[in-house]
Amino acid sequence: MNEKVDLLVIGAGPAGMSAAIFARNYGLKVLVVDEQDAPGGQIWRGIEQASRAGNADVLGASYSKGKVVVDKFRSCGAEYRSNTRVWNIEPGLRVFITGAGVTSVVDTDYVLLATGAQERPVPFPGWTLPGVMTVGAGQIVLKSSGQVPADPVWIAGNGPLPLLYATQLLKAGGQIAGYLDTTPPGQLLRAMPRILNALTGAPMDIVKGLAWLMDLRRKANYVPSVTGIEVFGENRVERLDYITANGNKKTVEASLLLVHEGIVPTIHPTLSLGCEHEWDADQLSFAPKLDVWGESSQENVFVAGDGAGIGGVEAAQVRGQISALRVLIKNGNLSDREGEKLFRPMRSKLKRALAPRAFLDKLYRPRNAIFEPEDNTLVCRCEEVVASSIRHQAAMGHFQPDKIKALTRAGMGPCQGRQCNYTVAHILADATNRTVPDLGLYRVRPPFKPLTVDELASLADNGVDS
Amino acid sequence: MFQKTHEITGNEVTIYIDGTPVVAEVGETVAAVLLRQRSLWSRTSLLSGEPRAPYCMMGVCFECIAIIDGAFSTQTCLITVCDGMRVERQLGCPRILV
Repeated sequence: MNEKVDLLVIGAGPAGMSAAIFARNYGLKVLVVDEQDAPGGQIWRGIEQASRAGNADVLGASYSKGKVVVDKFRSCGAEYRSNTRVWNIEPGLRVFITGAGVTSVVDTDYVLLATGAQERPVPFPGWTLPGVMTVGAGQIVLKSSGQVPADPVWIAGNGPLPLLYATQLLKAGGQIAGYLDTTPPGQLLRAMPRILNALTGAPMDIVKGLAWLMDLRRKANYVPSVTGIEVFGENRVERLDYITANGNKKTVEASLLLVHEGIVPTIHPTLSLGCEHEWDADQLSFAPKLDVWGESSQENVFVAGDGAGIGGVEAAQVRGQISALRVLIKNGNLSDREGEKLFRPMRSKLKRALAPRAFLDKLYRPRNAIFEPEDNTLVCRCEEVVASSIRHQAAMGHFQPDKIKALTRAGMGPCQGRQCNYTVAHILADATNRTVPDLGLYRVRPPFKPLTVDELASLADNGVDS
Repeated sequence: MFQKTHEITGNEVTIYIDGTPVVAEVGETVAAVLLRQRSLWSRTSLLSGEPRAPYCMMGVCFECIAIIDGAFSTQTCLITVCDGMRVERQLGCPRILV
């Protein structure tokens, strides 16, 4: 017999935990699966460990708040399975999960995908060298392992995350060799018309961001308007070149470079399920098409958190609750009227949480250069495909991402296109006078996370119902 | 290369990276330990054999894959350490691509 639950939540971050807690208030049978060893998602990664070790202070109040939610989640009565990955979801709904080398099938009435986001791939010459990582990665090792770069680090990027990380790093005793701000000049001005709304919704966030920036400019070597980066070294980063908008070029010694150009929703699961997706022109990414409750075009499949469109930690929690509320209504635990009453304050809260987004999206719109890598830059890290190979195929008349995948192997490696899908789409759009929303991304098929033949074969022992 | 901001006291384990014993802290991932090593890499790439190192730390880039207790292509950023764990850097397999 397959395991059967009412609601399967995928991802134990702010959205997934909030949904589980809410659904448990009404006694639903909830199973939460997550790839990590402990709950918290990326934003609250390692929160239990950090609290125990007393490291949480360095990371700020917003991080420490996560402990309250994690504690509530731990005691809410939802079954929580860590170190478990989901690699297939079939209509019906049937979910294939693998953990500790064993695969099983869970039948569920509702699925909530709370799989969050990933950092946008940032290809540039040398980005595969050891010593280049994402800012998010640097922050994750600070959160989960309490570690900082051993030598002064270079940070290059655009967005709130590099500012936050730089602030946390200095507080933790780390050193910054230089902060290369890649925010295109003039973007603050272009974002200004949207600032009022941001200030009304979340004034403290804007004040906080400004304080981080001012602090950083005072304490670190801050270089504004950086337009290009190139990294060199024999088997690891040894030096880097950067160029600014006014043409100043500089070569510096470097051992570690952290990069960041925003985040994009995790859509492999919804793409695999065949859900409809929409292009978000502000966030330059696809997100699943959802109704006000977060339900996708596939019935009973919900998406909450940054996977529903980048909204941040507050929005993620409310979205999780809203989706759980809808599940409770559909399941008959709450009447339409009761549900509507609970929905109204949540909707206002979500609106407030999302208020700064339009401003942030405009201010931190990534520079075009990251979508137009030079010919000899690796685009697909796994299969080592350079930009010129994609352009060559485009010149031969091929413009569909899947065709390019078949011809060049770009997107066929273990990461399954997660690090090259947007870059390839942008290159193709650019080369063939099309747009990324016209072209879409690679088709995603299960298993959307790799699994071994052993793990797959273990299904047979678990007596899967057909 | 990274370093801890605190001493590992009381909750340390030993893992072996390519046979060399290395101290790690309970609860941290194998990739985090790899990042503290002087030779900062986890595998070589499939075609050109270039060294690669943990890049995203959240399970999406697959650059940190290594052989853990004999299991190939394990994402070291998703696996937490345990005492006696054997980690081997994974060399790409050019033979099967020829």
